[in-house]
Amino acid sequence: MDFELLGQLTQLFGPSGSEERVAEFISTQVRPYCDKLTIDTLGNLIVQRHGTGKRIMIAAHMDEIGLMITHINKEGFLRFTPLGGVRIQNLIGQRVQFGQGRIGTIGVEKLDNPKDFKLDKLYLDIGVSSREDAEQFVHVGETAVFVGNFSESESRIISKALDDRVGCFVAIEALKRTKSTHELAFVFTSQEEIGTRGAQTAAYALEPDLAIAVDVTATGDTPKAHPMSVELGKGVGIKVLDHSMVTSPQVKRWMADVATDRKIPFQWEVLEYGGTDSGAIHLSRGGVPSGVLSIPTRYVHSPAEMLDKHDVEAAVELLVALLESNAELNLLQR
Amino acid sequence: MNAQMQSASEFLSLLSTASGVSGYESSIASLVMERFKTITDEVHRDTFGNVYALKKGNGQRAKLMLTAHMDEIGLIVNKIDPRGFLSFTSIGGVDQRTLLSQEVLVHGRQTIPGIIGSLPPHLLQNGDSDQAVKMVDMTIDVGLSLDKIKEVIQIGDIITLRRDTCPLLNNLITGKSMDDRAGVVVMMVCLEELAYLKHSHDVIAVATTQEEVGVRGAFTSAFTLNPDLAVAIDVTHASTPDTKGQTTLDLGKGPAVALGPNIHPAIYRHFSETAQEHRLPIQLEPIPGASGTDAWAIQVSQAGIPTGLLSLPLRYMHTSVETLDLNDVLNSGKLLAHFISSLPDDLEGFLCY
Amino acid sequence: MLLKTLSELNGTSGAEGSVRDFLLQQLEPFVDTLVVDKMGNLIATKKAHLPGPKIMLTAHMDEVALMITDITSDGFLKFQPVGGIDARILVSKPVQMNETLVGVIGSKAIHLQKSSERHKSLNVDQLYIDIGAKSKEDAASKVKLGDYAYFMTKCEPFGEGLYKGKAFDDRVGCALLVELLKKDYSFPLVAAFTVQEEVGLRGAKIAAYHVAPDFAIVLEGTVAADVSDREEDGWVTELGKGPACSLMDRTTLYSPKLIQWVVDVARKKGIPLQFRRGASGGNDAGSIHVSKAGIPTIVLSVPCRYIHSFVSVISEHDYTACLNLVDELLVDLPRKLRISPMDKEDL
Repeated sequence: MDFELLGQLTQLFGPSGSEERVAEFISTQVRPYCDKLTIDTLGNLIVQRHGTGKRIMIAAHMDEIGLMITHINKEGFLRFTPLGGVRIQNLIGQRVQFGQGRIGTIGVEKLDNPKDFKLDKLYLDIGVSSREDAEQFVHVGETAVFVGNFSESESRIISKALDDRVGCFVAIEALKRTKSTHELAFVFTSQEEIGTRGAQTAAYALEPDLAIAVDVTATGDTPKAHPMSVELGKGVGIKVLDHSMVTSPQVKRWMADVATDRKIPFQWEVLEYGGTDSGAIHLSRGGVPSGVLSIPTRYVHSPAEMLDKHDVEAAVELLVALLESNAELNLLQR
Repeated sequence: MNAQMQSASEFLSLLSTASGVSGYESSIASLVMERFKTITDEVHRDTFGNVYALKKGNGQRAKLMLTAHMDEIGLIVNKIDPRGFLSFTSIGGVDQRTLLSQEVLVHGRQTIPGIIGSLPPHLLQNGDSDQAVKMVDMTIDVGLSLDKIKEVIQIGDIITLRRDTCPLLNNLITGKSMDDRAGVVVMMVCLEELAYLKHSHDVIAVATTQEEVGVRGAFTSAFTLNPDLAVAIDVTHASTPDTKGQTTLDLGKGPAVALGPNIHPAIYRHFSETAQEHRLPIQLEPIPGASGTDAWAIQVSQAGIPTGLLSLPLRYMHTSVETLDLNDVLNSGKLLAHFISSLPDDLEGFLCY
Repeated sequence: MLLKTLSELNGTSGAEGSVRDFLLQQLEPFVDTLVVDKMGNLIATKKAHLPGPKIMLTAHMDEVALMITDITSDGFLKFQPVGGIDARILVSKPVQMNETLVGVIGSKAIHLQKSSERHKSLNVDQLYIDIGAKSKEDAASKVKLGDYAYFMTKCEPFGEGLYKGKAFDDRVGCALLVELLKKDYSFPLVAAFTVQEEVGLRGAKIAAYHVAPDFAIVLEGTVAADVSDREEDGWVTELGKGPACSLMDRTTLYSPKLIQWVVDVARKKGIPLQFRRGASGGNDAGSIHVSKAGIPTIVLSVPCRYIHSFVSVISEHDYTACLNLVDELLVDLPRKLRISPMDKEDL
């Protein structure tokens, strides 16, 4: 599998609320494979392919976490607030980049006591000496994202924004490959990181019969990790539970049965926190049966997230297989 | 104990001891459907797992929704260690202090009994027993070799506590998951009482799913039904020696009727008047914000639904020895039935601000 | 099943009556005399007329439990533990008050707790038993101060070849002792089902005094902490590896020569044996071995997970191996003592 497309996707600028460039790039990739392309009010990119059978929504979010500038001081230093689940411990000394390219370093004030470390002790230095100079390059309200280049080895990939550009990548690959006859709506969602908002409105509009989100999940395979069974390289994760959703037993079983049938390696995933677009989709209107395919990823929400290429391949294969199955879930019989 | 209380107690024990953690409520749903089939006109289940039981009215036919949640808090396997002990995490608000020395059931390919063990006092050091043992440090012993375990148990299998119901003095009953299987029993009592009363409007008793993880069944069932009025039935905190100043409600003094922003004032008023008229005991539960129940989700569904909340006083909520008074269960069912039967035909006028 | 019945009986230190009554009835057909002494120990003897040595086997009848120490003005019951109990296991459990009455030890709902409370454990003074009484008078009509509350657990097979139940410490020892009394040996055998071990090895003290045996074997259920990711050096004993021979505990330092004898017999007869690898805890041997001028004493235990809690676990294999080992030791003992008769130093 060629991961160049994934490389390009991760390096695009697309914090929550400003996903346009990602949407534009994905549009050019998928145009030959779909019947209809729209962007809705919240900035979701909706890619539709007509068909008979079930209406299936596939969701992968375009946005990455970032920092929004809230203040520029007299000397040109910037204060910010996080967009999405930014771990402030990950910030000190990091490079971040704005939409038009300006790069800055995050610094921290002197701390009398390590316990005092809080968001308001951090600042962003874009290398200017005054507010006026700063305003040449950025303004309050603009967002910056991590700098983290794409690095590929025989089996692993390290980059910023694998969460969830890898989900977008899996969705694009599946769209190119699948011969599914169902009615498919690939939704590249916006604003997942700040509350799965794009998914909520897209699901309401589309009224799908079934939904599958593709996102990342954590692993338990690093030194003294919090107990969790997911490991890099052991296959695509089939989500059982996270904070936003309890996957219904039927959906779980369907995904596992298809994977077992096609000999696609998978692992059960139980996450004690976190959520995905399916969290919003499954509660839409009267409820939508939903599942999640998870790509095991270490160091999520850092500039150097890491995943295993085999897991990504397994995810694409499983997504294609699910879309080509008859998707008869027998939901009323438990 | 009279026949009605006996029957309510039996159904409650049946529901309480069965397993139905949030998202996995099938066995409870079957029990509820089977019982409600005998006292309503139509019963069905939606794709989210909610159970709907319709008792048709004989007049104006506005839609009244009653809800009580079927799901219980529980645990889930998240790791199997090389010696065959299971690590787990919780589904819903489980207090880690209630888990030590507790028998459980692991719902794998078969139902496997397990034990959350405890270190004996002989091995504890000074100060060890001041700190609660963290859930992440607990494991489940199923007494099987790793090979045998791999045949029957997987990551993601659901775990429930093993607890029979026990009667205490004065018609009190204790057991797990009274929150909110007792609410389901209240709906049953209400439906039974309604057989003897006239009511114009359709009553749909909904046993909801996934309340404990975010009132999720309530969101979807309220959207699907879009009723004209809804009453949620849940449990609330009854006072015990260690809750001084935190709750004013007592066991045995009747259901607690909620008032506050989550509650439509006309519904609260009507409960109050009905209780007075029929000499049924009630307590008042002022709630300044979110009620923490299905009522919170229902109130803002679609274009909004006038919602009320009736709660059973309950001791030791979210432990496996939740304790309530069967008299409160019966009185709640009766109050609900009279509330429904005495609603005016013109609901819109009744609910007008 | 003998172990099941014994496990499910309720009897704590100073209130061992129901266990004693059951044993009296069980033992009657196959022992020569049955006597209850001044503290309530049940003493059974066989072949008292034979020449010595006189061997005493002991197992204690009492289990840990709770004693009611106060009734509050609202009708809740305050209690204190009888024997060593970690208060953290008591939360959210039903307890048996008497034949017909059950109570619950609840705790404040999680919703009403401050986050700091969730990490602090509740101690015994903060806990209480709820029997559903309406008032202090109502409660007082059903229970008295000094009444007991017991763990409620069914004894059942568990896992592969295991059993779970309450009070395996020391109903497992009592069950073994009943089985041994069914056999015949060539010396006077005294079985002492002792009282009040859990509150200070009390019954054994007076039993050792008036029985005055030449040798004693204590049968116990002991700590097995071979769980999950606990380091092997902290296991004490391990399920499935056979009975455990004590090396040392807080009340006794066992004779290395005696221990060697146990090891030799076990090896000769092909019976699995492990050591109790730890120095914590104590048992009736603490009182027995220093009685009068001293009595040679060993302790053999069945490994037991989660001891002193609502539900413990033992292995059937360990139980059977323990029975066989003690039997073989008893068969060999007279030979051993004849080689050096009454010369206790050579033991």
